[in-house]
Amino acid sequence: MCTMEQRGRVFVLTLTGDDEHRLSHALIASIRSSVASVAAASASAGPGTALVTVGEGRFFSNGLDNIWAGTSRERLQGLVDELRPLAADLLALPMPTIAAITGHAAAGGFLLALCHDYRIMRGDRGVLYMSEVDIGLPLPPYFVSVLRAKITAANALRDVTLRGRKLKAAEAKEMGIVDAVCPGPAETAAEAIKLAEQLAARKWDGNVYASIRMSIFPEACRSIGIVEESDEEKRKHFASRL
Amino acid sequence: MEPNNLCTVERRGRVHVITLTGAGEHRLGPALLGAIRSAVAASAGAGALVLAAEGKFFSNGFDQAWARTVPLHLQATMEDAFRALVADLLALPVPTVAAVTGHAAAAGCALALAHDAVFMRASRGFLYMSEADAGIKIIDFFAEIMREKVPDAVVRRDLLLRGDRMPAAEAVRRGMVDVAVEGGVDDVVNAAVGEAEKLAARGWDGDVVVEIRKAAWPKLWSKVKDYGGAGTPAVATPRL
Repeated sequence: MCTMEQRGRVFVLTLTGDDEHRLSHALIASIRSSVASVAAASASAGPGTALVTVGEGRFFSNGLDNIWAGTSRERLQGLVDELRPLAADLLALPMPTIAAITGHAAAGGFLLALCHDYRIMRGDRGVLYMSEVDIGLPLPPYFVSVLRAKITAANALRDVTLRGRKLKAAEAKEMGIVDAVCPGPAETAAEAIKLAEQLAARKWDGNVYASIRMSIFPEACRSIGIVEESDEEKRKHFASRL
Repeated sequence: MEPNNLCTVERRGRVHVITLTGAGEHRLGPALLGAIRSAVAASAGAGALVLAAEGKFFSNGFDQAWARTVPLHLQATMEDAFRALVADLLALPVPTVAAVTGHAAAAGCALALAHDAVFMRASRGFLYMSEADAGIKIIDFFAEIMREKVPDAVVRRDLLLRGDRMPAAEAVRRGMVDVAVEGGVDDVVNAAVGEAEKLAARGWDGDVVVEIRKAAWPKLWSKVKDYGGAGTPAVATPRL
């Protein structure tokens, strides 16, 4: 379902197979486990690592497993609840994170991509799409928090959430949602790894990096269940380094 | 205001100009912060305020060298003094303009952003949030300055998470700085003073300016208001 490999200072998480990478309980658990292993490995690896998340096939991820959930609200809510701690793991990850959007990213899949620091997307095919308004589902509160944290231009936020606009990479880049556009999936993955290597080379202390990330959007962190460190704890950390 | 060798004040027309003196980094330690606070308090009767600096730096941030010499509980006085200065600026009944005449890093960058308008030297100097590179976490009120004054998610990320060094032209394009000014330090100051004069000429009711400013940045005001503003006297030197 997913694999994790280390290439030098870069961890590469691949959503495997040419399917929709629907976020089922199994896939979410699998990704969480991989992300946890990365967080652990980074502690021993020392400063200067990065994560790239990439998908095989035509999809990055088509969102939560609505097929399995069917008409069951409990099942759907269960999946929504299961994705939240994965989003939290990513927002708290002690290293730069890059989503290599190698195919469609819809709903929960789009959210997954947004939970990364950077987004690189193929320009030839694939769209970013918050499908909830079209399907007739409200957005879970933590989805909204992350959307508001990452898409700050009011028109862009409106287009994504209220218009259900399907964004190709070039449009997404203009709206500030995607950082770079590449010709195809191979180039997208390569560019993402190249960026990851550049960011890893900055040798940022992972704990500090994650702390600064969380201070950029504390409301999204609260909404997703992360408790930010107190000022006191931050000061102690600073003093210990003097 | 008592003379000191840290900053000067002068009136140019209706504009109260504070200049951080000397060719150094204008590190924001308790002494300089106290001097700036006194200088800000001395602006009574002026129509607008400009904060500028001599030399290559606007300000390179907190005085970490000083922080190394004092125990943890006294380091807080530097942070508190900065918080108080931000409160003073938010509560000032006249428009404020930062003349970023050189490099502005970390607290120096935040200080510039705490003004109503920012003019910056185009040919030299950059804005730089050095915390990620320096391995320093950002405390809440400080992050709030950035959150309120740098609303765009991508700019915030590039500045804070990537430690981009942003020259004036880019800072203008990305919405952090109002005007990039060609020329030298004096040209930047003159341009900032010119803008300040225009703002002063609007003849705005000072109390209204303060209330509107506090309403525009409510989260930031709530996090600094207990430290300064509202005529709180400048921080005295800590008891030894």
